[in-house]
Amino acid sequence: MTLTVLAAGPLTTVQDTGRIGQAALGIGRSGACDRGSAALANRLVGNAADAAVLEVTYGGLAVRAEADLTVVTTGARCAGATAHNAPVRLRAGELLRLGAPVSGLRTYLGVRGGIDVPAVLGSRATDVLSGLGPPVVHDGDVLPVGAASLPLPDVDLAPVPDPPGGGVTVRVLPGPRADWFGDAGWARLVGQQWQVTSESNRVGLRLDGEPIDRVRTGELPSEGMVRGALQVPPSGLPVLFLADSPVTGGYPVIGYVRDDPRRSDVDRCAQLQPGQTVRFSV
Amino acid sequence: MRVLPSGSAAVLVELDDLAAVLGLYAALADASPDGVLDVVPAARTVLLAFDPAVTTADAVGEAVRRTTPRPSASGTGEVVELPVRYDGEDLAELAGLLDVPPDEVVRRHTQTEWTVAFGGFAPGFGYLVQPGGNWDVPRRSTPRTRVPAGSVALAGEFSGVYPRESPGGWQLIGRTDVAVLDLDREPAALLRPGVRVRFVDAG
Repeated sequence: MTLTVLAAGPLTTVQDTGRIGQAALGIGRSGACDRGSAALANRLVGNAADAAVLEVTYGGLAVRAEADLTVVTTGARCAGATAHNAPVRLRAGELLRLGAPVSGLRTYLGVRGGIDVPAVLGSRATDVLSGLGPPVVHDGDVLPVGAASLPLPDVDLAPVPDPPGGGVTVRVLPGPRADWFGDAGWARLVGQQWQVTSESNRVGLRLDGEPIDRVRTGELPSEGMVRGALQVPPSGLPVLFLADSPVTGGYPVIGYVRDDPRRSDVDRCAQLQPGQTVRFSV
Repeated sequence: MRVLPSGSAAVLVELDDLAAVLGLYAALADASPDGVLDVVPAARTVLLAFDPAVTTADAVGEAVRRTTPRPSASGTGEVVELPVRYDGEDLAELAGLLDVPPDEVVRRHTQTEWTVAFGGFAPGFGYLVQPGGNWDVPRRSTPRTRVPAGSVALAGEFSGVYPRESPGGWQLIGRTDVAVLDLDREPAALLRPGVRVRFVDAG
């Protein structure tokens, strides 16, 4: 069974739950940026949690089923989406086309059986920072689809809210180096609306606003970080780490966006389009 | 030891020095607390990433406090031998900076074993330390945009081998043909924290 990519859109990658347990080797986790939406896509088509999906950035994907396939989209709802949060059967030769997202940034295409490209270091996730994993999806690619392993769930439609447009508020916790910025730095982090810039990618959201000043000088020896970290480089403008962030970083982390199971604010941040604003609340 | 908060899914343990990092990492790598997905050593810290559906930051922090560090520098016992052609572009200039002949740099680099302390710069890159090495190597003032794969390099107290072509600011002293990262090999990365490395002058 295969799926032919007629148009890949601005950026489509294969993603799963990522590479776990290899960070000490400099190998980051990667995986879906909005984990919750990717997991939902797999559940709705009866896949195991670690099955690979397509992460479609800013829509624009068109695929043709080369066999009868059950598919679903989750995350950012795209114009023209016919299977959003609601699995459908695509007959052999039928197309699925996604326009631009109405709101949100990343749409997940789940296919019953999973995208069955070869795994690299135990995962099918494309890490755009390290270059590990399958290549970025291109027009004309023919993607293998695996065999279904679990029964199809009896769900017509998952009632989940679409990612919001406009201003978003997410919860933040103090990070390991909050003391490098003092009370004034923290006040600046939580006291303004940050704008998501167009330099953002799977590595991180780059934010623009009033810079956060350090209250102490000196260099920080590089240290381990995970997604959700708000790292503050010398510019004072924080970078919010997402899926393909490096394993260690040399700039102090003032705070972490909450990444709780079933209620991940990092997932919500992964759906922010450039130009949207985000406010951090305690 | 200080246990610092690192969000919903990690804690960062800050230690006095690299020896303490190696000792704690060796103990944690052998027996990670329940729910811990990744243990990441660095120069002064060990990060523990955990699954918040399974455990909590408090529980992981408590387990770390109860962990007895291994005596440092004991490594894992595994030894990797890396033959090196010491013809690196920076060898002569570096020898001048250290005020020794180039042969002496090679002798010091090969005379005793190194230990992989931590990774992080790129997949498969290890920061190697040499007990008693007393290296203090300045980085290049202008980093190279392209360092070839297999380059053996020095910076600060560390030595390293570039797993793949990448930018880099370390001083290049030689080159090895051994692939320190091979995605089709198990394990893919040779230079894992705790592994001991012997550099051999391949002429």
